[in-house]
Amino acid sequence: MSDFAGAGQLVRLALRRDRLLMPMWVAVFAFMATVSAAATAGMYPSLESRVQVAETANRSPSLVALYGKIYAPESLGAVAMWKMAGTGALMVALLGLIVAVRHTRAEEENGRLELIGAAAVGRFAALTAALLVAVLMNGALGLLTAAGLVAAGLPAAGSLAFGLSWAGVGVVFAGVGLVAAQLTRSARLATGIGAAVLGAFYLLRAVGDVQGGSGLAALSWLSPIGWGQRVQAFAGERWWVLLLLLGLTGALTGVAYLLVARRDLGSGLVPDRAGPAVAARSLRSPLALAWRLQRGALLGWSLGLLVLGAVFGSVASNVEGFVDDPDFREVIVRLGGERTLTDAFLTVELGVMGVVASAYGVQAAMRLRAEEAALRAEPLLATAVTRVRWAVGHVVVAVAGTTVVMAVAGLGSGAAHAAQVGDAAQVGRVFGAALAHLPAAWVLVGIVVLAFGLVPRFGAAGWAFLVAFFLLGELGPLLELDQRLLDLSPFAHTPRVPAAEVEVAPLLWLTAIAAALVGAGLVAFRHRDVG
Amino acid sequence: MAEALALERLVKTFGTTRALDRLDLSVQVGEVHGFLGPNGAGKTTALRVLLGLLRTDAGVVRLLGGDPWDDVVALHRRLAYVPGDVNLWPALSGGEVIDLLGRLRGGLDRTRRDELLERFELDPTKKGRAYSKGNRQKVALIAALAADVELYLLDEPTSGLDPVMEAEFRACVQEMRAEGRTVLLSSHILAEVEAVCDRVTIIRNGKAVETGSLADLRHLMRTTIAAELNGDARGLCALAGVHDVRADGERVAFEVDSEALDGTLRALADRGVRGLSVQPPTLEELFLRHYQDGGPAAREAPDSQTVCSDEGGSRR
Ligand SMILES: Nc1ncnc2c1ncn2[C@@H]1O[C@H](COP(=O)(O)OP(=O)(O)OP(=O)(O)O)[C@@H](O)[C@H]1O
Ligand SMILES: [Mg+2]
Repeated sequence: MSDFAGAGQLVRLALRRDRLLMPMWVAVFAFMATVSAAATAGMYPSLESRVQVAETANRSPSLVALYGKIYAPESLGAVAMWKMAGTGALMVALLGLIVAVRHTRAEEENGRLELIGAAAVGRFAALTAALLVAVLMNGALGLLTAAGLVAAGLPAAGSLAFGLSWAGVGVVFAGVGLVAAQLTRSARLATGIGAAVLGAFYLLRAVGDVQGGSGLAALSWLSPIGWGQRVQAFAGERWWVLLLLLGLTGALTGVAYLLVARRDLGSGLVPDRAGPAVAARSLRSPLALAWRLQRGALLGWSLGLLVLGAVFGSVASNVEGFVDDPDFREVIVRLGGERTLTDAFLTVELGVMGVVASAYGVQAAMRLRAEEAALRAEPLLATAVTRVRWAVGHVVVAVAGTTVVMAVAGLGSGAAHAAQVGDAAQVGRVFGAALAHLPAAWVLVGIVVLAFGLVPRFGAAGWAFLVAFFLLGELGPLLELDQRLLDLSPFAHTPRVPAAEVEVAPLLWLTAIAAALVGAGLVAFRHRDVG
Repeated sequence: MAEALALERLVKTFGTTRALDRLDLSVQVGEVHGFLGPNGAGKTTALRVLLGLLRTDAGVVRLLGGDPWDDVVALHRRLAYVPGDVNLWPALSGGEVIDLLGRLRGGLDRTRRDELLERFELDPTKKGRAYSKGNRQKVALIAALAADVELYLLDEPTSGLDPVMEAEFRACVQEMRAEGRTVLLSSHILAEVEAVCDRVTIIRNGKAVETGSLADLRHLMRTTIAAELNGDARGLCALAGVHDVRADGERVAFEVDSEALDGTLRALADRGVRGLSVQPPTLEELFLRHYQDGGPAAREAPDSQTVCSDEGGSRR
């Protein structure tokens, strides 16, 4: 038992450290679900209106890929929690992953764990503490969400099932985080590995769900995100599916314990290789350094988006067959021609990839603050490098990297789609449509740079803005928010290509705003204390 | 002598903390200047101001004839810096860091770099996260010492180094002095300061409390004398420059200002001396006096055996 000594203290320490952040996120999620439930009830008060919207959604492959299916069109709860079980669960999973890495590898990387390790703390204590913290947080999140749904007037059993499905997905990805944290020495890389796993599971579910009756539909059953939806809250709850989530969490945790027993404190499983004794000729500018520090992450994100794009591109043409109802099909054909369904699908999926590319931009630009806070900007700024030149290095990587990531996503989608329909012209068309999402992503980079210059303490402001803009787009129409509020999100101004015509004006505006934000951020940085 | 850098009545606040409180500091070209003070005194803050990393609230900063906030590129080509907290990039090897910093400063002398690697026995192929604390420190130190510049700003450059490396560092500083370079050395290691510094400035709570050459500072100190006399100790109190006289029968102990040493010894000899011990002033004492809370005055608690009163306050 001495291997676990001190875990209780570490749990208290972690809860103290996160005493603001954790309750805040739990509350945000519960609030989001509750508001969705209340708003849906107000928007579709009659059974017919609900059934109609649910059937439209179930027939629209882009929506099914993005959010999953509505299992009971007549059930208010199933309609109301449809998006929450899709993208909502994705965000719960991300939270679980981040919390797990934050209390294991991140602590170890910055040496705090060593400080604690010297006290009487067993080798499993940190892992156990992180696990307990994740379980506590997700348990609270699930129960609070269930309570919120009941308060919004939904049936108790379904509410509990939904809350627990979120909690289950959250702990599974906490487990993924715990395993990833043992594999690498860097918290950043551990989070990256976890996010890649999360993306792969999300994709499995998306592909499985749009396959309808074919054998590939089983793919959704390979994904914990898919399990969360297949608990079927408010649609004849299948409680046993929760056991799958628990079982996988147990298995992942077991693997993490095995790994931690096999390595030293501070090290990963993969030992570090020696580096060059002399720097390459090219390593002679802040930009070269920024590239060197960020190229690995860029490669990872590019690969991820290439796969994402290729998968979406290759299912895009299948969605024509997804609609088996000839009447519905005729309506769509009349509205916009034969290709409309495919184009609508591509438009939505490119939008999703646009948000992912923005996330890349945000984390790449946040390197500025991370480097400064780790005191690694100081030695560089003590050389003949101005602050602006140093900062521009990372900004260039963030802006150009966002461009690369989105271009790769567009190429992947376009090439896969072109191969499916046997029309090479589709490559350029989809690629061009992907590029239309860049200016909005650059605006997010600009916001991060401005926050870095003005209020460096709020380094995570970029994520808050990204989540807020994303939620505005997701929930805004449902909540019938004022259009002016919805227009705050840069994503709202990206033209809906390729389904709609390209509008150049908003793209130019967004680009100009992004440039102004970056410029203002650099000026602010020029005038503040460094450190 | 020309001035290499100067801070005049410099004020720097962080929120409510007054990190520098009208600090004066002046370093001449060609001197090795020790910069001492207790933890949190403001040494690192002062160096960051000199690098133009921090804005100042009031006062004057001059660095190599320029303004560190405005003339960053031109000034930084002429100086090298070892930060107080050395953090390396986990993915870069030590050799890469040294080369990168050198190139960003405007060029690097490969022979000098390789020679320093050898002298400090550093393996340049290890990745940042794989270095021990002392080796991380060496990377930063070599990156700075390899630079062919006029001014070196060193913030506790030997923290974590073993005694052999520490000696190597002192040798490097002596060479730099011989070449006419200027060094501002923040340090907690008194032996190091004593070995390499021409002048020192001691700061406390953001203020300079003492500045001068080591000889000057020693001079400010009192020698402690204990003697066994044939005669009576009375009358010693009346001598100028004698303080804290404690007498116990024929034994007497007191402290005496350096300039009064000669007269005092004569006076003792007149009374007939059977035993004598003389303790020269140590730098340690000087530093401790300035480092401890309350400053010099607080440490002079009168002894119960004090035979005659003294003004007791200032030792200067
Ligand atoms: N960025 C900052 N924000 C707030 N307070 C700061 C900051 N940097 C320094 N301080 C405060 O300024 C004071 C001087 O700190 P500084 O680091 O200059 O001390 P120091 O003399 O270098 O100490 P040490 O010997 O421990 O290195 C301390 O009280 C410190 O807490
Ligand atoms: Mg310091």
